[in-house]
Amino acid sequence: MASKVNITIDGKNFLVEEGKNLMQVAKENGIFIPSLCYFEHIEPPLGTCRVCTCKINGKFGPACTEKVSEGLKVEVNDPELKDTRKALVEMMFAEGNHICPACEKSGNCDLQHMGYELGIASTRFQHLFKDRIIDFQPTRMVMEHNRCIKCLRCVVDVVTDEGKKVFTYQNRGNETYVGVDYEQEAKLTEEQAINAMKICPTGAIIVRGVSIAEPFGNRKFDMQSVQKKYSEEIPKHKESQITKKRIATVSLAGCFGCHMSMLDIDAELLDLIELVSFDKSPLTDFKNFTTRCHLGIIEGGCCNDENIETLRKFRENCDVLVAIGECSIWGGLPTLRNSIPLGECLDEAYLNCLTNEPGNNIVPYDEDLPKILDRVYACNEIVKIDYYIPGCPPDANIIWKSIKNILWGEEYSILYSEFKYD
Amino acid sequence: MNNGIEKRIPDPSQTQMLNRLWELQKSNGYIHDDDIKELAHLFNLSAVEVEGVVSFYHFFHRKPTGKYTIYLNNSIIADIKGFHRIKETLERETSATFESVDRTGTFGLFLTPCIGLSDQEPSALINFYPFINLNVSRVKDIIAKLKNGVLPETICDAPADNIRYTPASGKSVFFKEFIPGTAIAKLTDIQPLGVIEELKKSELAGRGGAYYPTWKKWNAAKVQAASPKYVVCNADEGEPGTFKDRVLMNTQAQSLIEGMIICGYTIGAAYGIVYLRGEYWWLKNKLDEAINDYRSKGLLGKNCGGINDFDFDIRIQMGAGSYVCGEETALLESLEGKRGEPRTKWFFPVERGYLQQPTIINNVETFCAAARIIEMSADQYIKIGIAGSPGTKLISVSGDCQLPGIYEIEWGMTIEELLQLCKADDPYYMQVSGPSGECISVEEKFRRISMLDLLGQKDIRCGGSFMIFNKQRDLVKVLLNFSEFFKNESCGICTPCRAGSFIIQRKLERLDNGLANEADLEELKSWGTIMRNTSRCGLGKTATSSLIMAMDKFHDYFETKLDKNFDGLNLKFDMNAATKDYEEYKI
Repeated sequence: MASKVNITIDGKNFLVEEGKNLMQVAKENGIFIPSLCYFEHIEPPLGTCRVCTCKINGKFGPACTEKVSEGLKVEVNDPELKDTRKALVEMMFAEGNHICPACEKSGNCDLQHMGYELGIASTRFQHLFKDRIIDFQPTRMVMEHNRCIKCLRCVVDVVTDEGKKVFTYQNRGNETYVGVDYEQEAKLTEEQAINAMKICPTGAIIVRGVSIAEPFGNRKFDMQSVQKKYSEEIPKHKESQITKKRIATVSLAGCFGCHMSMLDIDAELLDLIELVSFDKSPLTDFKNFTTRCHLGIIEGGCCNDENIETLRKFRENCDVLVAIGECSIWGGLPTLRNSIPLGECLDEAYLNCLTNEPGNNIVPYDEDLPKILDRVYACNEIVKIDYYIPGCPPDANIIWKSIKNILWGEEYSILYSEFKYD
Repeated sequence: MNNGIEKRIPDPSQTQMLNRLWELQKSNGYIHDDDIKELAHLFNLSAVEVEGVVSFYHFFHRKPTGKYTIYLNNSIIADIKGFHRIKETLERETSATFESVDRTGTFGLFLTPCIGLSDQEPSALINFYPFINLNVSRVKDIIAKLKNGVLPETICDAPADNIRYTPASGKSVFFKEFIPGTAIAKLTDIQPLGVIEELKKSELAGRGGAYYPTWKKWNAAKVQAASPKYVVCNADEGEPGTFKDRVLMNTQAQSLIEGMIICGYTIGAAYGIVYLRGEYWWLKNKLDEAINDYRSKGLLGKNCGGINDFDFDIRIQMGAGSYVCGEETALLESLEGKRGEPRTKWFFPVERGYLQQPTIINNVETFCAAARIIEMSADQYIKIGIAGSPGTKLISVSGDCQLPGIYEIEWGMTIEELLQLCKADDPYYMQVSGPSGECISVEEKFRRISMLDLLGQKDIRCGGSFMIFNKQRDLVKVLLNFSEFFKNESCGICTPCRAGSFIIQRKLERLDNGLANEADLEELKSWGTIMRNTSRCGLGKTATSSLIMAMDKFHDYFETKLDKNFDGLNLKFDMNAATKDYEEYKI
C-alpha cells in the first residue's frame, strides 16, 4: 500500500496517497479543478488543454501532470488562476468556430459546460474565424474540425482491435487538426465509434445516424453545476431607488429573435411600462434618438457600414450598452461567412445562384445601400460594450432581470442554470 | 554510409521514420501517397500517423517541390539585410511564386525561418546546399546556371566561420587547438564520479539556454538503474540569430564527440545520437567524417578510447525543419520518429527519455565545454570568467553591425564592450538569446553578460543569439516577425501556445495598423502573461517575453503607435479596409 502524504489545497490540509495524480486527489476530496482533457485512465496524462493550471508550490503548472508528494502546496482558486482558466477556455471559443445553436452536442458539451462553470458571458479575444473543413469522408463518422479543441483524447484513446490509431494530429501550430484514418475508422465497431463521440469534449466527432438530441432542460449540463459552492443566490432588488429609465434597442446583423424573446415576459410587460420608456427602437419605430438614454440594448453584430454607424450612435447616446445574444457578443450565426472571402459569398449568392433570373446576374451596389463589410464584426470590436447577456436568444426573464439590475445599480451575474449559449 | 551502426544500436523501427522520409523527400522531391501506405505497413502504423509525422516537419512535402528546391530564410535578420529584394528576384527569375513550384517543375520556392547563417544574410538553401550573402545579380547568376544544368552542389558557398574574437592570453576554451583523444585520455585516471566532481567544480551549466547545472543532470542519469542509457546532443540550433553550434561543429567536431563520449562514460551509456537540424545537411558529411575518423582510431566503438568494457558509438539523426524540436522532450519524440510534440513533465528525460530510457540531452556547446574542462581540468577552467560564472560563452552576433560572427567572450563582458568589438552601427535595441529571450535597450549597455541572473536587472544571460537593431528599424515589425515565427512553429498541442500565438499576432497587426489604444497594450501584456504561465513547453512560455519587455522598455516608442483620440468608448475602425472587398462590385 502506498504511503500517505500531507498536502494543502487552498490552505486546507489533506492526507492523501503518495504519487497519485493531483487532479484525482482533488476530485476525491471534493475540490473542483476545471479540465477538458484529463482522463483518469490515461497515463502519462495528456496535459494539452491547460485549463487545470494551478499554483503548485507557488509556481504555475497543470494539476493533471502533478504527482502529489509530502508538503505539496496547491492553490486552485486565487483570482489570477480563475481569470487564467477563463482565458484559456475563451481562447478555445475564439480559436474554433463554435456555433452552439447549430451543434448536435449543445447541452451535452464539455466545452460549453466549462464556459458556464467559469461564468464566461463573452470572450476577451477577437474570434479568429479560421477556415476549417467538415470531413464527411469517414464511413460512419463526421469530423467537424470547426469544433475540435485538440485535447488529444481521441488520438490516444481510440484504437482499432488491431491496436492501430484512428485519429492523429496533422500539421502544426494553428494549422493543427485531427486527421482521421478512413481505413481504420471503417474497422471500428459501432460501440467503439460511439465511444469516440462520447469522449470528445465537444461536438467534433459525430457518429452518423446516432442522435444525441435531448430536450432543453434535460441535457447533461443544463441545470446543475459541478461546483458545490456555485452561488445560486438571487440578489435582492432595491425597490426604493426606482426612477423611470429610458431605453433604446436595435437589431443589427441579427434575426430579431432577441427582440422577440424580450416580449416573452408576457404580463410583466405591463409592469415594465411603469419602469421604463422606449426611445429609438423597433418597438417604437423612432428612427432617431430623441434624448439621451440610460441604456442601449444591442442585438446582432455588424455586417455592414450602416450597422457600424448605428452602433456608434448608440454608444454616443446611451450611458450603458448591453449586448444581448450570441450575434452581438461575438458575431454568432452570421459569422458562418467569416472564414470565406466576401467575393466568394456574393458570387455564390448573386451570380452563380441557380434560382437567378437569367440575364439578371448582378451583385447589388448602390449609394443608398449599406456597404457590406469583409466579415461580421462583434460589437465590442467597434465600441465599448458594458454588459453581455449570452444566449440564442437569452431567456426573456433573464434579459429583464439582468437589465433591471443594471439599470438600478445592482451587481448581478448570471446563474449557472441561466447560462445558455444556444 | 552509416557503417552498420544502425544495426548495432537496438533502435525499434519507427526511429528510422525520419531517415526513410528524408530518403524519399530527397530522391523524389516529395512523399507520395503510396510511400505513406508503404511506411505505415513497414512500421505497423495507421497511414494517418505517418501523414501526421510528414505534415509536422516543414521540409517534408506531399506535393512535388521541383528539381531545385529553394528555401529562403525569412528571419528578421534576413529581413533587414534585403530579404524582400531577393524574394522578388527569385520569383522573377524562376517564374515560380513562393510556397509553390513553377509550371515546368524545375524550381520550388519556399520560406523557412532562420537557417543558421545570420552572419551572412540574405541566405538560402538550394537542395539543402548553402548560398550566402545573396544579392540581386548573384541570384540571377545562380538561377541562370541552374537552368543550364549546373548542379547546386558545385556552385554552393562554403559559409565562413567568422570567428571574430577569442579572449586574449590563451583563455579561449572552445577554439584552442584540440588534439583528438586528449580529453578521453584523461578518463583512464578519472572515475565517473570524478567527472561529475570536475563538472561541479567548473559550474558548467546547460548552454541551450536553460542553464541547468550539467553535473546535476549527468548525476541524475548516472544513478538510474535502467539500461541502456542514451546520450543525445541537441544540434537543432533553431533559435533565430544563433549559429554558434554551426561553427563549433564545423571547426570543433572532435571536442563535441569527446564531450559525448565523456558523458557516456560518466552515466554508463553506450549510445550517442547527434540530432542535427535539417538546415545543416551540408555539415553532416564533415561530422560523419569526424565520427568515422574516431572509429578508425579506436576512439569510438568497442573499448572506446582504450577504456576496457566501455563501448560507445555515435550516430547522426537529421531533423526536418521544426523549431520546437530544440525543446528536449520534443527532440526525443522526433528521434523516435514521431511528431515533435513536447512531452509533459510527468517524467524527466534523465528518468525516461529516448525510448523511455534514461537519457542525457545537452547542447553542442555544453558537450564541447565538458570535453575542454576534462582536457584542461576544472581548476584551470574556473580561472577564466568571473566568480560564480566561470568560463567563456560563444555569442552569435548579427544585425546592424560591421562584424557579424562568433564572439567567444569571457563571462562578465559588458554589452557595451561587445557592441564595440563588433562595431555596431548606432545600436538602439538588442535581442538577446533570440526571439524567446530578452529584449534590451541600448541604455542597459553596461549590464554584464554572465550566468548570474536570468531576467533580472543586473547581469544578463545569453543563450547564444545576439541581434542588434539600429534606430531605423521598426520595433513593431520586428516583434511581428517573431510572433509570426512562433505562430508557425508552435507544435499545436497546447491551447495557450497554439491559439495564443495567433491571437497575439492579430493584436500586433492591429497595433501595426495604428488601430490600437492603451488598453490593447495592457491586453497584450496580460495575454502574454497567461501564455507564459500556462504553456506546455518553453516555446509558449517564452513566446511573448520579448514583447512584454519591449512594451516596458520602449514605452515612448509604443506611445507613438497608439490611437491618441481614443475616448474609451469608440474603438478605431478602418472602414475603408473593411469595405474594400465590396467596393469591387461598384458599377
